Amino acid sequence: METNHSISIKNLALSFGSLDVLKDLNLDVGRGEFLVLLGSSGCGKSTLLNCIAGLLDVSDGQIFIGGRNVTWEEPSKRGIGMVFQSYALYPQMTVAGNLSFGLKNAGLPKAEIEERVNRAAKVLQIEPLLTRKPAALSGGQRQRAAIGRALVRDADVFLFDEPLSNLDAKLRADLRVEIKQLHQKLSNTMIYVTHDQIEAMTLADRIAIMRGGQILQLASPHEIYNRPASKYVAEFIGSPTMNFFDGEIVGGDGLRFSSGDQLFPLEGYQFQDDLPVQGPAWFGIRPEHMITGAEAQAAPIKLNGQIELVEPLGSDTLARVDIGGRSIWVRLDGQANVHDGDSIVVGFDSARANLFEKSSENRI
Amino acid sequence: MGNVTKTSAEVELAPVSHEMTGPRGRKPRKMLSRRNIMIYGTLIVVSLYYLLPLYVMIVTSLKGMPEIRLGNIFSPPVEITFQPWVKAWAEACTGLNCDGLSRGFFNSVRILVPSVILSIAIASVNGYALANWRFKGSETFFTILIVGAFIPYQVMIYPIVIMLREVGLYGSLTGLVIVHTIFGMPILTLLFRNYFASVPQELFKAARVDGAGFWGIYFRIMVPMSLPIFVVAMILQVTGIWNDFLFGVIYTKPDLYPMTVQLNNIVNSTQGVKEYNVNMAATILTGLVPLTIYFISGKLFVRGIAAGAVKG
Repeated sequence: METNHSISIKNLALSFGSLDVLKDLNLDVGRGEFLVLLGSSGCGKSTLLNCIAGLLDVSDGQIFIGGRNVTWEEPSKRGIGMVFQSYALYPQMTVAGNLSFGLKNAGLPKAEIEERVNRAAKVLQIEPLLTRKPAALSGGQRQRAAIGRALVRDADVFLFDEPLSNLDAKLRADLRVEIKQLHQKLSNTMIYVTHDQIEAMTLADRIAIMRGGQILQLASPHEIYNRPASKYVAEFIGSPTMNFFDGEIVGGDGLRFSSGDQLFPLEGYQFQDDLPVQGPAWFGIRPEHMITGAEAQAAPIKLNGQIELVEPLGSDTLARVDIGGRSIWVRLDGQANVHDGDSIVVGFDSARANLFEKSSENRI
Repeated sequence: MGNVTKTSAEVELAPVSHEMTGPRGRKPRKMLSRRNIMIYGTLIVVSLYYLLPLYVMIVTSLKGMPEIRLGNIFSPPVEITFQPWVKAWAEACTGLNCDGLSRGFFNSVRILVPSVILSIAIASVNGYALANWRFKGSETFFTILIVGAFIPYQVMIYPIVIMLREVGLYGSLTGLVIVHTIFGMPILTLLFRNYFASVPQELFKAARVDGAGFWGIYFRIMVPMSLPIFVVAMILQVTGIWNDFLFGVIYTKPDLYPMTVQLNNIVNSTQGVKEYNVNMAATILTGLVPLTIYFISGKLFVRGIAAGAVKG
């Protein structure tokens, strides 16, 4: 069944005692897709990955991998390779020993084991390291060896459990690129767990944002960034986080958003459906969608404020602007010459805004 | 420098003034500082306190009886003789047997080797299962085991006598081996469980993805990683079982008595003169096995204790 899906998860539930970690979760992952499970710690993303790997027994539901029901299958029989955060290399074995351990357990002939190990080592450029023990490797080399261990299994599905979290920033960026290239080369299905939104945005074909054991939104990085399904997703993606105005959508001649003494026209805004909701809402706008300077004068919405704080990042400059007692973040050009206390006009277009209903916090 | 308004360039170029002389480099330390005297003084006193009895034992064991009767226990032997050692090993009498401690030594070895191997083998698998394979009731099982570690074993002596009698093992070495294995179980299981619990869980998960089963992971991942804790367990068991007196005297019969029981019988025999030199030699001989084990594996012992034994 479901031959066009590599992984299908149906009504999956997992609870430890009275604690529900995963609740009625459904997910389909396409063949060759790179899916990132993103969420803060405790959201159940690693638990979901462990369920797919078979390292945790599910309480309810089904898991299909490659059209086969593997819900009760042993991890090694699921056709998966897995990479862990702490590398989890067997310390007493050489890199070659680590790579071949699973193949030996599967009872493969010696010649084939050797061939597969060499092939994986070549792909990952760890051939000179094959005779070394993990203790003699650097962090990046260890993680590469760990990826190799998943690679030799010739698995259809790769599972990554925060593989880059233990590496320093520079190495993390390098390996991120390598993983992406690996995916292009192998075109396996990959499920990647992380709490790092940059990893998620750069690697994913689709991102699943998780919270409280459920998937809040499953969409492309572009969609998640531009049209977050809820206020939580909007806050989670983007740094600095989205600015929110508390207020109400009012009717009259064209819909408007009223917040304090401000009134934002909502002309360009794309509502979820044809019937826009009136009532209490959040108006969200990202710091990078703010316009300043001369162009701000032409923007549909203009606000006058005063700069409280400047954070120069080199490429950009972040400014915290006080607008009538409310602080918002604005992303300015890296060359912008601004100082604390400056007056500033901030403009934006409601086409780039996000409206969320007050009570449900869902996108309107 | 008094002038605060200098630019950074001026500060860099300023010549080194005479104010910048004074202490430089490593701070000199006195050998005979008050701190050193305290530390080394204490160490010397404490080691003397522990080593003096050992010295007396060795010295006495090398003297002949006439020299001992002079009563000066600290004086080194005038005439060194190894006769007391020979006698202690091969000739000293206990009851009707006059073949010295040697018989006790071999009995102890025959008790020690299977007990140590058996108890460590079982306890390590126990600990591994408890730490890594959470099964239904594993917590209860563990609690019972821990409670077992705190029950004074004198309570269980008589019931065990009856149980061994019922299965026909009372008075045999096999029976004693079983008793030692069982009594080592709580503390050893705790030791192994804590050590295996400190092994990263992801390693265990990786091995499962790699298709290793219960025994595959145990033998090929866990055991090779756990040498220090096996050494700790071995030392605990070797010293514990070798030094055991109570179980040995209760669950075996005279010609199967372990070395400790025989030592006691030699030292406490009331017939004839007290041969202090023989007694001393016999005692040192008996203590030699645990001592050797400590010397050989001391470093690993400390490492193992630090790695897992103390952690909850």
